Amino acid sequence: MDKHINAPISEEDVLSLNAGDYVYISGTVYTARDAAHKRMYEALAENKELPFDVKGNVIYYMGPSPAREGRPIGSAGPTTASRMDKYTPDLLDLGLRGMIGKGKRSKEVTEAIIRNKAVYFAAVGGAGAILAGAIKESKVIAYDDLGTEAIRELKVENLPVVVVIDSKGNNLYETAIKEYAR
Amino acid sequence: MKTIDVKDIINGVEKMCYDACHVLADDMKNALDKAVNDEESPVGKQILGQLQENLVIAREKQIPICQDTGMAVFFVKLGQDVHIEGGLLEDAINEGVRRGYTNGYLRKSVVNCPIERINTKDNTPAVIHYQIVPGDKLTITIAPKGFGSENMSRVFMLKPADGVEGIKNAVVTAVKDAGPNACPPMVVGVGIGGTFEKCALMAKEALTRPVDKHSDIPYIKDLEEEILKEINNSGIGPGGLGGRVTAFAVNINTYPTHIAGLPVAVNICCHVNRHATIEL
Repeated sequence: MDKHINAPISEEDVLSLNAGDYVYISGTVYTARDAAHKRMYEALAENKELPFDVKGNVIYYMGPSPAREGRPIGSAGPTTASRMDKYTPDLLDLGLRGMIGKGKRSKEVTEAIIRNKAVYFAAVGGAGAILAGAIKESKVIAYDDLGTEAIRELKVENLPVVVVIDSKGNNLYETAIKEYAR
Repeated sequence: MKTIDVKDIINGVEKMCYDACHVLADDMKNALDKAVNDEESPVGKQILGQLQENLVIAREKQIPICQDTGMAVFFVKLGQDVHIEGGLLEDAINEGVRRGYTNGYLRKSVVNCPIERINTKDNTPAVIHYQIVPGDKLTITIAPKGFGSENMSRVFMLKPADGVEGIKNAVVTAVKDAGPNACPPMVVGVGIGGTFEKCALMAKEALTRPVDKHSDIPYIKDLEEEILKEINNSGIGPGGLGGRVTAFAVNINTYPTHIAGLPVAVNICCHVNRHATIEL
């Protein structure tokens, strides 16, 4: 089923999403991947503020290629989400509502998704040239020294994703693969 | 004796970095076109269609096919009658990478040290494998390698008693564990034999063989086909969202090994299996 939602995502919207839904996200999302997660995790351990309030927000696990002149961003597809699993439950407990990436998540992340009524989306891995078209603005808001791994605030229009783990804990990877296994 | 100036190497490498990250070789494009017809899952078909469209946008708008433009891996075949002039071969390749990734708007994904992890900001150093060969030609192949799939690669030190069944199990296990993480449809490079490091290197080099070309050894060709069939029965499918096309090809390279061993390496590449070659 095709759905259109806005980010930050409301609790009502997140509860309406089911594993397997095609979703077009518009609004504001934040990029963060390995090194930015490590820094945020360290900031929390030292009781410091995060570079953005995660409450209700969506993190896109993505490190873009550089933008050419006159364009907001370069190639911009998802990276493997499981590398962020160590840091994710804490962010979900702080109110993070959605994540966009690709690939499997840990049991701990799934439990934290259910506990906090959140959602994990996948974007098509390796389709960075198409996905760039949905990103209208991009601004580095923290950790500039990390280069591609800096935290960016993105304005997106109809970013195409699919719900992999919904707020009830249903997992599309598990059900879809069983359907075609011989 | 033939003399090659490092300037030609630098210029050649710079162009290869750019080309490999923007345009896939014909073998990969053809495999994708064929997969769209073969795929039974509607979702799988849709994803494959997006990947086709992605290739068109990448080429026309000069946006890298994938944002992970990889660590630059090179296979260099240096004819022993070649003399390199004007500098060191290794420096020339790294300078080509520096220029290619900087001038070509490619992502800089390399950190200086696995512990300190400070981005080198120009994607150097490259990983370079040299081979001395007969003749007076210098052949350089680049295979920029993304780490979504690299991280899912494995080495299995099997026993001779594990035999062909053991090899099949090892490869299929690696692919199933990789699942959606490795951006399927994948290309599966396999190295069998040699030693611990030799099989890994063979698996990597196997990825540079076109996906429409089988091993020249008849029983290895059969094994490639059998393993591919088993992988495509896994149900993983495009994007890991279920379907028939999980891999485009299984490319196997082999080498003599020790009486006590059966090393098997599985180097997985995503559907963006980039490779380009120049000959000087």
